Amino acid sequence: MHELSIAMSIVDLAQEEADRRGGVQIKAVHLRLGLLSGVVKDALLSSYEMACEDTPLQGSRLVVEEVPVLIFCRQCDAQRPVHSTQMFCCSECGTPTGEVVQGKELLVVGLEVED
Amino acid sequence: MSPKTRMIEVRQNVLKQNDVVARALRERFHEAGVFVVSLVSSPGAGKTALLEKTLTLLRQQFRVAALVGDLATENDAARLARSQAPVKQIITGTVCHLEAAMVQSALEGWNLDELDFLFIENVGNLVCPSSYDLGEDLRLVLMSVTEGEDKPLKYPTIFNSADVALIAKIDLAAAVEFNAVVANRNIQAVRPEMTVLDVSAKSGEGVEKFLDFLRSRRNAARAVAASQRAKAFAAPD
Repeated sequence: MHELSIAMSIVDLAQEEADRRGGVQIKAVHLRLGLLSGVVKDALLSSYEMACEDTPLQGSRLVVEEVPVLIFCRQCDAQRPVHSTQMFCCSECGTPTGEVVQGKELLVVGLEVED
Repeated sequence: MSPKTRMIEVRQNVLKQNDVVARALRERFHEAGVFVVSLVSSPGAGKTALLEKTLTLLRQQFRVAALVGDLATENDAARLARSQAPVKQIITGTVCHLEAAMVQSALEGWNLDELDFLFIENVGNLVCPSSYDLGEDLRLVLMSVTEGEDKPLKYPTIFNSADVALIAKIDLAAAVEFNAVVANRNIQAVRPEMTVLDVSAKSGEGVEKFLDFLRSRRNAARAVAASQRAKAFAAPD
């Protein structure tokens, strides 16, 4: 359960960005969360609320966009969705591959702010 | 007048701080010529037993050292110290994984130039360590035969983040009716083409092969580093 420390990093990072832009008030933080990031969405959402307490972000929302896993399939010579995280093969042709090209993201991509 | 909400686009990796420290560690390790191997597994899979054996045997030929992470106690460091190799315990308190900064501070005062191999034993946990790069060259994930064949399917993220899988306590395989075919199939399902090695720290089975594997991976890393240095020398800019 490392979601609380991740949530605290998100709060710090968002506040730093807000400060750099002249102290805007953050209403929501938008996050891209890869299914292979090792972070669980629900645990992160409840941790986020805790992490925001007694900070300028108290009352803000965390908006999580889950990012599916894409692999590079040599057979198809293209990026394809993975069959499942229990079965790393191309969802189109079934070729096994460990070449992950997307799905490990843990990225803050946007802030909803008020001036 | 109601305040207006607007959207600011940013693009910041939440684990940026860890990644920056991990990258700096990796550079330091490469400059010093030390090959760094981390171990992850569930609690009780046998990381410490295997590491004690590994340190004891590799020490005859190489300069080896280890860092070991736990929430509490110095028990593992005491066990590893029996190998006579330099060992340091990292006590994480309530933190369920090692982070690059913990490794960095544990290494203060160590001269990495005097090492050939550094082992980092993570906290026993198959979830949280997957997100944190420690600057290692090689990440080993252990599963012991007593844990069941489906560990890779239950924890695909950590298996996917590792380079090599070790099936530990292989001497107990028959007693617990461990199905090696199913276990291997599950590992390959979550990490196609992953190297899998069987080991038993107790009986010694597979240990020599494991050590050979470590030696060859270290040699390969050194060859890459040497050719990069040669290229840099030939074309300084």
